[in-house]
Amino acid sequence: MEPIKTISSHIVPVMDDNIDTDQLISRDSLKEVAKASFADMLFYGQRYLASGAKNPAFPLNDPQRAGAQILITGHNFGCGSAWEHAAWALRDYGFRAVIAKDFNDIFYMNSIKSGVLPIELTDAQCELLAALPATAQVTVDLPQQTVTSAGQTFKFKIDPLWKSKLATGTSDIELTSEFNTQIDQFEQDNN
Amino acid sequence: MGQTMFDKLWQRHVVAGKPGEPQLLYVDLQLIHEVTSPQAFEGLRENHRQVRRPDKTFATLDHNVPTADIFNIQDVISRKQIQTLEKNTKEFGIRLADLGDEDQGIVHVIGPELGLTHPGMVIVCGDSHTATHGAFGSIGFGIGTSEVEHVLATQTIWQQKPKNMGVHVHGQLPKGVYAKDIILGLIAREGVAFGTGYAIEYYGDTIERLSMEERMSICNMTIEGGAKYGCIQPDQTTFDYVKGRKYTPKDLDAAIANWRTLFTDSTADFDTIIDIDASQLAPMVSWGTNPGMTVAVDEAFPPVSDENTRKAYDYIDLKPGQTAPEIPIEYAFFGSCTNGRLSDLQVEAAILKGHQIDPKVTALVVPGSRRVKLAAEALGLDKIFKDAGCDWREPGCSACLAMNPDKVPAGVHCASTTNRNFEGRQGAGARTHLASPAMVAYAALNGHFIDIRKVEA
Repeated sequence: MEPIKTISSHIVPVMDDNIDTDQLISRDSLKEVAKASFADMLFYGQRYLASGAKNPAFPLNDPQRAGAQILITGHNFGCGSAWEHAAWALRDYGFRAVIAKDFNDIFYMNSIKSGVLPIELTDAQCELLAALPATAQVTVDLPQQTVTSAGQTFKFKIDPLWKSKLATGTSDIELTSEFNTQIDQFEQDNN
Repeated sequence: MGQTMFDKLWQRHVVAGKPGEPQLLYVDLQLIHEVTSPQAFEGLRENHRQVRRPDKTFATLDHNVPTADIFNIQDVISRKQIQTLEKNTKEFGIRLADLGDEDQGIVHVIGPELGLTHPGMVIVCGDSHTATHGAFGSIGFGIGTSEVEHVLATQTIWQQKPKNMGVHVHGQLPKGVYAKDIILGLIAREGVAFGTGYAIEYYGDTIERLSMEERMSICNMTIEGGAKYGCIQPDQTTFDYVKGRKYTPKDLDAAIANWRTLFTDSTADFDTIIDIDASQLAPMVSWGTNPGMTVAVDEAFPPVSDENTRKAYDYIDLKPGQTAPEIPIEYAFFGSCTNGRLSDLQVEAAILKGHQIDPKVTALVVPGSRRVKLAAEALGLDKIFKDAGCDWREPGCSACLAMNPDKVPAGVHCASTTNRNFEGRQGAGARTHLASPAMVAYAALNGHFIDIRKVEA
């Protein structure tokens, strides 16, 4: 997992509330068995027209927003299924942070595990960022827990453990191996 | 200061970590299926890791299963995913309820029916409907593939303890109003994210009178209200259900004595409480594209209030002010981890018996598991469904999520006993209307929803 310190990029706003995992990825990507790239499957239903061509009205296809590493969105982002493929698709597309009004709990964990930093800001802060010009730069600073743009800085919260994992790119299993003695003890005590 | 049941369960499973911080929890059971596990096994192989406790891991096939002919998988990608789970479980020594196996079925149906699920456990699965298992007085929650891999490798999981919410359900359910209407009514009133950050415990005299299968329907849809954990205190109904199943704990009396300690000390221990008067509930039908967009059968669909509702009306092709009986139903789906159990099929069969479904309606009946299917056939329910004009299928997730050949056609309105009405959920362009098994059965007969309080009274 690629460590995150700061991310400086323009942003893509998709401001709907309740964007569910069914919208974030196609069904076919769920049938994948390999750690493939899911980039092309992100927002599958809205990103492409029935002809297969890119839907010019969808913000992800705005040429001015190409290469953006930060997605900005509404309430309850990532609701629905536990499919981590949704977070992988965001990551593979190139998003390194998602700023939302709030997140679904299962998606939030999947995002952390996939190395995509989930940031919750207030409704007003999200709307303000979404309204910035397409080329405006936004900087996310994970150590400082701030989002900065156009001279304004917003603080965000993140649990210190999740923060350190994202900052170092450490895998969970490596971390947990330090607790093998405790796991053995728990099994002895409870079996 | 007392503790909630959830807090007691949590505390008993903490391996490491301090309160207030993410803690390492021990997992008593991981259920796996073909969709969210392949990359987890790949990760284990890449890092030369083993499955720590294959004996606490159980696999089944459900999402991709073709329910018309389970052994004839035409979709090559689906077939590969199924074969991958067969290969992975063999390599890592995990029990798989394979296609045709007597234990196979939807993961949240087979866990309880096999006695793998019982009170006092932490149960995880790479599926958001894992809260189903909380109906037994356990912690059950959905996880992603990275967490699946972590649990396979370590039998533990890092979690931040949620806050506690009590949902107090009291009063007598009116005739024609079912457990499904309790959870749909709750989400219709409180929205699709009221539970974010919480573990929900459902309690009250209404809950106490429900069967285990009804309790499972409620806990199952907890995630539709935003909470990933939903649970119910175990009682005699729970103990009676658990008794005598394939994997029921051997020393059941000792186990029950322990399970009796699982209760919330005082309602004051909840961080927040929601009150539901069951006697005021009505049969519910979803009109829109998330489960919160749900109204009573005799209630007008709401006005367009924002961009979200405008998009929902566009997709579903209905108008504000209409009511559920005006929806032209051409498809009925009976099944899923919410309502694919024997008691659901019994309710539906009792309504359909001796009648024909509306000629415009295609109806699919998909038992939640092979055991459910066999039990239903032993009661002659399959014949009732078939005589009524329904298609009787093999167990699987089927058209609940359209990852297999069972799909609702584009533009078609489907009365469905499932849990999600998202855009494209049951097939590209499909229009899903969530309702109770009884409501869907009557909708299949009439070609539209009816107020079943008038016929069931």
